[in-house]
Amino acid sequence: MIYREAGQFKTSYATDQMMFPILQDRIFMILVIAVAYLIPLIANEYWLQAVLIPFLILSLAAIGLNLLTGYAGQLSLGTGGFMAVGGYMTYKITTAFPDLNVLIAVLLAGLLAALVGLVFGIPSLRIKGFYLAVATLAAQFFILWLFNKVGWFVNYSPSGTITAPPRTLLGIMVTGPEATAPVRYLVVLTFLAFFALAAKNLVRGRIGRSWMAIRDMDIAAEIIGIRPFQTKLLAFAISSFYCGVAGGLYVFFYLGSAETEAFDIALSFSVLFMIIIGGLGSILGSILGAAFITMVPIFLTNAPPLIGLSMPIDLQKHIEVMLFGSLIVFFLIVEPRGLARLWQIAKEKFRLWPFPH
Amino acid sequence: MTQRARQIGDALLKVEGVHLSFGGVKALSDVSFEIREHEILAIIGPNGAGKSSMLNVINGFYHPQEGTITYKGETRKRMKPHAAAKTGIARTFQNIALFRGMSTLDNIMTGRLLKMRRNFLWQALYWGPAKNEEMAHRASVERIIDFLEIQSIRRTPVGRLPYGLQKRVELGRALAAEPDLLLLDEPMAGMNVEEKEDMCRFVLDVNDEFGTTIALIEHDMSVVMDISDRVVVLDYGRKIADGTPDQVRADRVVIDAYLGVSHDQSETAEQA
Repeated sequence: MIYREAGQFKTSYATDQMMFPILQDRIFMILVIAVAYLIPLIANEYWLQAVLIPFLILSLAAIGLNLLTGYAGQLSLGTGGFMAVGGYMTYKITTAFPDLNVLIAVLLAGLLAALVGLVFGIPSLRIKGFYLAVATLAAQFFILWLFNKVGWFVNYSPSGTITAPPRTLLGIMVTGPEATAPVRYLVVLTFLAFFALAAKNLVRGRIGRSWMAIRDMDIAAEIIGIRPFQTKLLAFAISSFYCGVAGGLYVFFYLGSAETEAFDIALSFSVLFMIIIGGLGSILGSILGAAFITMVPIFLTNAPPLIGLSMPIDLQKHIEVMLFGSLIVFFLIVEPRGLARLWQIAKEKFRLWPFPH
Repeated sequence: MTQRARQIGDALLKVEGVHLSFGGVKALSDVSFEIREHEILAIIGPNGAGKSSMLNVINGFYHPQEGTITYKGETRKRMKPHAAAKTGIARTFQNIALFRGMSTLDNIMTGRLLKMRRNFLWQALYWGPAKNEEMAHRASVERIIDFLEIQSIRRTPVGRLPYGLQKRVELGRALAAEPDLLLLDEPMAGMNVEEKEDMCRFVLDVNDEFGTTIALIEHDMSVVMDISDRVVVLDYGRKIADGTPDQVRADRVVIDAYLGVSHDQSETAEQA
C-alpha cells in the first residue's frame, strides 16, 4: 500500500522521462545515498576496507563493462587490462606530478585507459560475439605483459610493484598508508555515485539508444543512420574510461600497492560474472552483481561461526566455493536476466499489492 | 482518384542501367526507372525477381557493379547506408528489424538519432541543452505515435508485440527520421485484411500529409493496384514493365511472368 503511484500525474514529457518517475523511488534513492554516506559512522575498519571499498570500486568497473557488453553488445574480456592501465597510469601521473590532485590523476588515467580501449576496440568492426571476446583477451594479456616487462611503468622499482604514495585532498590524507578507511570509502563512494548517474544518463539518451540499436540489430541501426564503427568505438572508449578510473581507485584507495597479478584474467572474469548475475543492460544490475560477487563469499565465510558451527578452515573454504557456485546457478535459472530484473518484478508486484491484479 | 494534396513532381531518384551480381548470380541486370516526387511507386514481381535487392541498392547496402543512381540531382556510385539515411532515405524491412530489447518509444526515438546533436558529455549530464533536445524530439515522436495510433504500447518492449503492431512500429521508426524517400519492403506481408487496411491507410496518409515519396514492394495485387500511382515490374532481375496500375495490369509480359507461360504458348504469343 505504501508503494503507490496513484495521484502522481505526469503533465510534461520531462516528468515522464525522469530517471525515477515515481515519487517513492526518488525518496528511496535519496535514502540509499544518505545511508551510504553515513555508513562510516557505524561501520568498522574491517567492513569498510575488506567489504565496502572493493564492492564500490568493482561496481564502477562493472558499470563500465555493462556499458560495453550489456548495452552496446560487445563482449569483452579485457576489463582487467583496462583497469591495470588506470592503476599504473595513475601511479605514473601522480609520481611525475606530485602536486597534482590525485583525483585528477585518476581521471587522467581513465582517459588514457579510454585511448587504449579505443585501440583494442578496432577489431570490433569485423568480429562479433565470442570471437571479439578472444580479441579483447589480447588486450588483457598484452597490457599486463607490457607493465611487467617495461620498467618505466613502475619507475624501475626492482620488485615491480606500484605503491600508492601519500596524497592529500583539502588537507586530508586520502591515499597512502596513513589514509583512513572512512576517508577512502567516502572518496570512492563519491566517484561511484557521480559516474553511476552519468552512466544512467548516457544510456537513456541518444548514445544509449544508438548502443542498444547496434546490439539488437546492427543492420537496421545502420539504415537509421548510426555509424556502427564510431558507435562501437565510443562504447569501448567510455567503457574503458570507467574501468580505468576503477583501476586507479583499486590501487590507490583499496590495495595500496599492486603488481600486475592484481589485474589478471580472474578479475576480468569476475567483473563479467557481476554483470551477468546482476543483469546485462542495467546500471542497477551492475551494482547488485558487484554486491553479490564481493559480499556473498564474505558472508559464507562468516556465517558458519556465527551459528556456532566450527569446522576446519580448508573444509570451510571448499564449502564456500561450492555454495557460491550453486548460488550463481540458482540465480541464473530463476532469472536469467539477473538481479536487476528480480528487483523490477518485485517492484511491479509491490505496486499492486495487496491485490493480485 | 481523388485530388491529392501534393502534385506528383519531377524525378526524385533515378536508377539508370543498374547491374548487380553476386558471383555468378545476376540479381539485377540493366534496370532503369525513376521515382517521382510525392508519388507512391510499387515494385512488384515474382519471388527472386530482385525487388529487395533493388531497395538495398537504393539505400546503399549493395553496390551495383554498373549503373548510376541519381538522387536529388546528385549521382552517386557507392554510398554507405548511414550516409543514405543522412540524405533522407528511410526504410522498413521484409523481416521486421526492430530493436527487440527496447520499448516502442525508444525504437521510434532511435529513428531521430540523426537529428540529435549534443555530444556524450552533455548526454552524461542530461541537463540544459541535452535535456531540451531530448524533450523536443520526444514531442515529435509522440506526434508519430498519435498518427499511428500506438499510444497504448508506448512502454512495451517491441519483442512482446504482435506481428502487425511490430510492422507499425517499424514504420514509425522510419517516419521519425522525417524522410524524403520512404522504402517499404513488404509492409503488409503476413497481415490479415483488417491490418492491411490499416497499413494502407497509414501509407496513403503519410504520402498525403507529409508529402513523402514512397517506394514499396508488395505481393498483394489488390493493394498494389489500389494505392500506387505507378508500378514497376521486375522479373529475373530485369524490368519488364513500368506504368500506371491499369497499364501494367493489361501488359501481356507481366501476365506471362505472373501466371507462367509454356514454351509453345509463348511462341504463339510471339507469332500473334
